[in-house]
Amino acid sequence: MITVLDLSIAELRKITEVVKEKYSYDFSNYAASSFKRRILRIMELKRISLEQLIEQILKNQFTRDTFLHEITVNVTEMYRDPSFWKTLRMQIPEMLSNRDKLRIWHAGCSSGEEVYSMLILLKELNVLDRVEIIASDIDTSILQKAKEGKISNKNMELNISNYQRSNGLNDFNNYFTIEKDNSVFSKTLLSSVSFREIDLVKAIPFTKCDIILCRNVLIYFNQILQNNVLKLFSDCMFMGGYLVIGAKESIAWCDVASKFTTINLEEKIYKKTKD
Amino acid sequence: MIFKEADLKRNYKAIVLGGSAGSFQVMIKILSKIPKEFPLPIIICSHRLKHIRSGFVEALCLKSNKTVEEPLDKDAIKRGKVYLAPSNYHLNVEIGNTFSLSTEEMVNNSRPAIDLTFETAAYVYKEKLIGILLTGANKDGAKGMKRVAELGGLTLVQEPTECVIDTMPKAALAIAKIDYTLKTDDIISFLMQLQAGKEVV
Repeated sequence: MITVLDLSIAELRKITEVVKEKYSYDFSNYAASSFKRRILRIMELKRISLEQLIEQILKNQFTRDTFLHEITVNVTEMYRDPSFWKTLRMQIPEMLSNRDKLRIWHAGCSSGEEVYSMLILLKELNVLDRVEIIASDIDTSILQKAKEGKISNKNMELNISNYQRSNGLNDFNNYFTIEKDNSVFSKTLLSSVSFREIDLVKAIPFTKCDIILCRNVLIYFNQILQNNVLKLFSDCMFMGGYLVIGAKESIAWCDVASKFTTINLEEKIYKKTKD
Repeated sequence: MIFKEADLKRNYKAIVLGGSAGSFQVMIKILSKIPKEFPLPIIICSHRLKHIRSGFVEALCLKSNKTVEEPLDKDAIKRGKVYLAPSNYHLNVEIGNTFSLSTEEMVNNSRPAIDLTFETAAYVYKEKLIGILLTGANKDGAKGMKRVAELGGLTLVQEPTECVIDTMPKAALAIAKIDYTLKTDDIISFLMQLQAGKEVV
């Protein structure tokens, strides 16, 4: 019987140090259990030990981009939590009132499914021309995928059912063209998006937004890093701007919590009401 | 059913409870029998429909003497509480006695996956963990139970003949060292006899 591979805290620290030294990415404040699983996953995929992985990183046999791609979680779906999107559909007109334009930041956009969901929603509300979208991720290869707009056809059934549950108005397939095994998202809609490589660990305030969406990204960070990132979001937000996090994430305990008012507790929509 | 004294007297820190098809009624029965003051945290991971976020926890609460809650990410694990893995998230136990959630790939076609909750809890609590695996239609939980046993924790599975579908406990029995194979009433009896279950909160 093969014993399950596991890593000690000391081993995790070691690989974190090596990665920091070599790639200048700091994973020390990532949530340990999922980070450990990602490292174990790399070892399993490449059939190498931790020592071999470290050696490959040190000898430049393991590129920074490959490492980032393997370590980050890129499981996503369009209209994840349909009830959130249903709520957002009703909230957007109010969010747009008193504003000529909206700047929306999808922080940690992964392969882009949430961005596409937003584009469709804005299109259906006839407000797409008043919106500028920034979509960022730490992983350049996943950003490239997001830009291409390709979704494997086998994932489309779930996306369609989520879209319908979210009160989508149209024939979902109209937003895609089929290319062999993939459905390719509308290039016209995608043209409103600026994709950027941003590491939330190192990021400094770079703009002011009206809406920041960061759903199911903070769960991969410990509370120290979550606190820093939430501060960054607050600094990147106009007064009256909206912050959206994942359904099971919380800002109640963080330093900037007092700057925000809860708009919808169930769907985790907050409004910045204090500076 | 006679249990080893050492198994009853150990200074446990937590219980992980997993199940799938047919397990809801068993969980209800367990939660309806253990007293409100039962001090060990019970962390439940059960397969559930991913697009239905609510209802499950309310249904468990209805029959239980204790409040069952779905933890938020990084919530502290507190004594006396019953937690349920939220729909469409894996539920991990972290060093420092907190939860973390993740949306990683499904494991055994499941998110939440029992294996991940059990493996992470085993890593943190080691011999101070009790793993209980109930009826279910797939093999999720077997590797988790193996890990609980390897790290010194106590392992209980529901008696396969009593299960609605016995795939889950049988898979665990096939690969993991299982300390007790018990009917639901004996699982309850075991929990009630635990020394760690009798401490004043």
